[in-house]
Amino acid sequence: MQIEPRQSQNPLIGLLIPVASALVALALAAIPLAFAGADIGAAYQQMWQGVFGSRFAFTEMLTRATPLIFTGLAAAIAFQARLWNIGAEGQLYLGALAAVWVGTGMIDGPQVLMIPLVIFAGAVAGGLGMVGPAYLRTRFGADEVVTSLLLNFIILIFVQMMLEGPFKDPMGLGWPQSEPILDSAALPKLIEKTRIHSGLILALVCAVVAQVMLTRSTWGFRVRAVGANPAAARHAGINVNRTLMGVAMISGALAGLAGVSEVAGLKGYLTADLSPGFGYTGIVVAMLAGLSPVGVVISALFIASVFVGADSMSRAMGVSSYLADLTVALSLICVIVGGFFGRFRIRFGQGAAA
Amino acid sequence: MMDILQIFLSESFWAASLRIATPLIFGVMGALLCERAGVLNLGIEGIFAAGAMAGWMAVWLGAPLWLGVGAAACAGAFFGALHATLTVPLGLSQHVSGLGITMLATSSSYFLYRTALPDVTSPPRITPFQPLDWPVVSDIPFIGPVFFGQTALTWLALFTVLAVWWLLARTPLGVALKAVGDNPDAVNAQGLSVYGLRFGAVMAGSALMAIGGAFLTMSAFDAFFFGMVNGRGWICIALVIFASWRPGRALFGAILFGMFDALQVRLQTEAGAVVPSQVFLMTPYVLSIIALVLVARKADYPRALLQPWFKGQR
Amino acid sequence: MEKEIVLALRGLTKRFGPVTAADDINLTLHRGEVLALLGENGAGKTTLMNMLFGHYTPDAGHVEVSDFKGGMLRLPPGHPQAAIDAGIGMVHQHFTLAENLNVVDNILLGAEPLFAFRRDQKAAREKVRKLMEDTGLHVPMGARVGELSVGERQRVEILKALFRETRILVLDEPTAVLTPQEADGLFAALSAIVKRGLSVIFISHKMREVLSFSDRIAVLRHGVKVGEMATEDADRAAIARMMVGAETVQPERDSLVPGAPILAFEDVHLRGEGARAGLKGASFTLHEGEILGIAGVSGNGQTALAQIISGLAVPERGAVILNGTPVTAASPAAMIAAGVGRIPEDRHHDGVISAMSVAENMVLERLDDPEIQNRGFLNKPAMKANAERLSREYDVRGPGISARATLLSGGNIQKLILARVLDRAPKLILANQPTRGLDFGAAGEVGRRLLAARREGAGVILISEDLDEILQLADRILVMHSGQLIETDSRDRAAIGLLMAGQAA
Repeated sequence: MQIEPRQSQNPLIGLLIPVASALVALALAAIPLAFAGADIGAAYQQMWQGVFGSRFAFTEMLTRATPLIFTGLAAAIAFQARLWNIGAEGQLYLGALAAVWVGTGMIDGPQVLMIPLVIFAGAVAGGLGMVGPAYLRTRFGADEVVTSLLLNFIILIFVQMMLEGPFKDPMGLGWPQSEPILDSAALPKLIEKTRIHSGLILALVCAVVAQVMLTRSTWGFRVRAVGANPAAARHAGINVNRTLMGVAMISGALAGLAGVSEVAGLKGYLTADLSPGFGYTGIVVAMLAGLSPVGVVISALFIASVFVGADSMSRAMGVSSYLADLTVALSLICVIVGGFFGRFRIRFGQGAAA
Repeated sequence: MMDILQIFLSESFWAASLRIATPLIFGVMGALLCERAGVLNLGIEGIFAAGAMAGWMAVWLGAPLWLGVGAAACAGAFFGALHATLTVPLGLSQHVSGLGITMLATSSSYFLYRTALPDVTSPPRITPFQPLDWPVVSDIPFIGPVFFGQTALTWLALFTVLAVWWLLARTPLGVALKAVGDNPDAVNAQGLSVYGLRFGAVMAGSALMAIGGAFLTMSAFDAFFFGMVNGRGWICIALVIFASWRPGRALFGAILFGMFDALQVRLQTEAGAVVPSQVFLMTPYVLSIIALVLVARKADYPRALLQPWFKGQR
Repeated sequence: MEKEIVLALRGLTKRFGPVTAADDINLTLHRGEVLALLGENGAGKTTLMNMLFGHYTPDAGHVEVSDFKGGMLRLPPGHPQAAIDAGIGMVHQHFTLAENLNVVDNILLGAEPLFAFRRDQKAAREKVRKLMEDTGLHVPMGARVGELSVGERQRVEILKALFRETRILVLDEPTAVLTPQEADGLFAALSAIVKRGLSVIFISHKMREVLSFSDRIAVLRHGVKVGEMATEDADRAAIARMMVGAETVQPERDSLVPGAPILAFEDVHLRGEGARAGLKGASFTLHEGEILGIAGVSGNGQTALAQIISGLAVPERGAVILNGTPVTAASPAAMIAAGVGRIPEDRHHDGVISAMSVAENMVLERLDDPEIQNRGFLNKPAMKANAERLSREYDVRGPGISARATLLSGGNIQKLILARVLDRAPKLILANQPTRGLDFGAAGEVGRRLLAARREGAGVILISEDLDEILQLADRILVMHSGQLIETDSRDRAAIGLLMAGQAA
């Protein structure tokens, strides 16, 4: 058996791989379903119904997809520069914390002022959350995978500390939660009687801007060059460290926006269980999208469907909703294996037949 | 100041340090084996969870404790084999594959647990490993409780360090493992199997990580909780770099870490009124980052770490 | 009297996609014989040896080795272990040593059973010591290979092969990294071992050493064996024609009067990295219209020199003056802006971004140029036009300008870099090993381009391990040894060789 790189890349394959990977992951979910003793056909049908069965279900999926688009973009941009931002979960909480900080009465004003302010604060806080690990890497050579991962735990504990301390809502009946976001700082709802909010619009705008910047701007050129070959980029006069710090800031800011959007668009106040792992799931979203920002939107919709569908199926059939996490993990593994077959061809050696 | 001195002089502090260090010792040795062979295994966090779950589940289903440890090791080896398949012959990104393994191992453990126990609110308990009662030596003051009051798994951890050290320093297999992590071509040119060595190292290393996880449910606690691994795997990855991939230093690092954690718990009770308890809870993670920053430039990285190697392609 | 045959290659063929790297090659090797395998880069020498050694599985043909009883044994294809067991040893051009292990461990790797509780290190050392005595190849046994010099590492490679009772030793370009004197020493040691029955296949593209060291010569071109002869009957010109296929025109260097000084190094110091020397007080001046050749074995400070001129390293002491302006601490971007064109030593590592397109690689150094971008956004039509023009002018061939650079051959990657660098009409050109690994045609093209730039008034720093290239292109020659530069007026290989080895002529 021999592995050979493909001479040319068929653009169709680039599209086919993520779709096939997602379908294979969904199919593989039948194994745990069977293990749990569920009627597999009915389970899949229930999952489908849970997303596409009603208008409300569909808007729930879009609501769930919103933070995933942000964290997916955070991972996609960082990974393009080979900056391993695994800290989106923490950056999300930093963004949420900053949003709550400025949005719960520190200042008040008209919506046109408050909403941009909350968004800006969250983005800066999230960005700084990744600038730290990026600085430790460029200055001290400390692996940002480990530092950004560990920072997730530190930030979450810090958020708990804040929620039990200065940020605690005195009206919260003792629960560790923040005061509610002011009405003037809340992201408006998109459709009445659903939970879908304008954070989704912001996410879509971010995706389009990111796509244009990455493929059309000299900044995007530098990012891709640094990611693909930092030595050659440096030799060619690109300031690798500065590029990495910029990417860190933007990647962290996008993850911070996920936090803003959840707090100011959906929940209205901050608790320590704001995110069920959106930061980590963002990595899967980005990989499934082949690190393309526009692709992130599509893969976020898919992953959100898996979560919402599995939740609904879980309620109806009593199968643990961890099935969704399992399916998401399988998607990640399927897509990297799929990527391998996009880049390489396996030949079974006729030479071995002597 | 006096209080801190008193803490350092107490048996219970040192016994706790060693106890807290035990899962880390397993994890660090596992990660060290993988990385010495050239494969970063970020699946560690999930493999810890899988080991914790598998060991506990086996015992809960009626298996003897050591069979539970075996079950954990098998679960670890399984996920190790998956990681090795993706990263060794297929040469996929070790970072991404490792994170994928962590997600897969964690979610499948949780799924299995929930499937087996759909409706329990308080996690069922098992009878965990008990502290060994050695004749005579257990009664030695200080040394007795610190070392001989530990469970068998802590002793296994210490023995693992010795075994890994011996393997790397004294056996031909160890020499080949170190070589494959430095220059796979050197190993291949001598007719040894690069894939075989790396597969073996990743599977064995992952089994050790899983035993570290099993320690949590079978010795430190007596039940399985969601989120119980709580970053221990990531800390091990930082400790391996801190130890510059040397078993002895890794043991030192793990115990140092256990000491800080034990100290933190004691200081929390002393100073809890003035300082929020979260400040202390953060310390393990902060310390890991500091340790990493201190050694990052000086560490003796295995040269082939993260580098994919394909047969027949030079 | 014909000696017994120890090795026979029968019709070996290997195809990589559409390229046939080795086409039906037959060769025999006798006991105690040195067979030279001569050919350009890309002629198929290394492919052939990789098949012999089981690293590649041939598409057709097979390898036979003597079974010591007068018969021949067929080796299973694609099994390095079978080749090792048959007594075939190979010293690769890129050493296959583990740098984190010591000399003894490297020699023993794979030579002892893998699964043993412990190893007898004392006995192993004794065996290695005896081998060193027998062969006259000495290396400090306890030293980590990472700390050894290149020449010492090569000795470890040969010892490693001989330790396995090798009967057939394959040496791939063994002198590429040695001074002429070190190379002579290597050949002397090998000759002594050959007299005791070792057979050697010796791969090279340097005709001089082939003629002096081998018994028989086989010439490869484009994967085909185009000639085979006894060395004593060999005719230099005929071999050269066989290797290249047609007469090649060597670039002519016309005499020019050098102009004003363009680059000056004044007592520049820079610490080296690892086993590589840095710079210890380098001083020189380069003029317009002049090619300054830096001769010397790699690792003697060339990297430090190149890094400073590229803006990748800042000297600890001394001054670098470009066109009268100090640029001692300039960044790569500042050097590019100041009109320095740099052709990096490792073109794959530093020269191109292989995952990006040819067109993108061609504008890598001019992202701020208003012709390429407008307010931070790329001007794609201009990039396309630029790439098409440069591909035409510099004859960059490949699947097209929007294809990723990884799909280009080594020679075309170098042409891409030349196009990017020379199109900006740089005043100073740093050419670091510009022809390494290129075939005659591509190498000649590089030489012509450098001479053309010199005619336009550029100053060129040519760092090369290939002394012939330096003698051919350079107006002045500096020899680099352990971080120091010595100017020489001599054009004599032996005299320059002595300087390369650190001995005053």
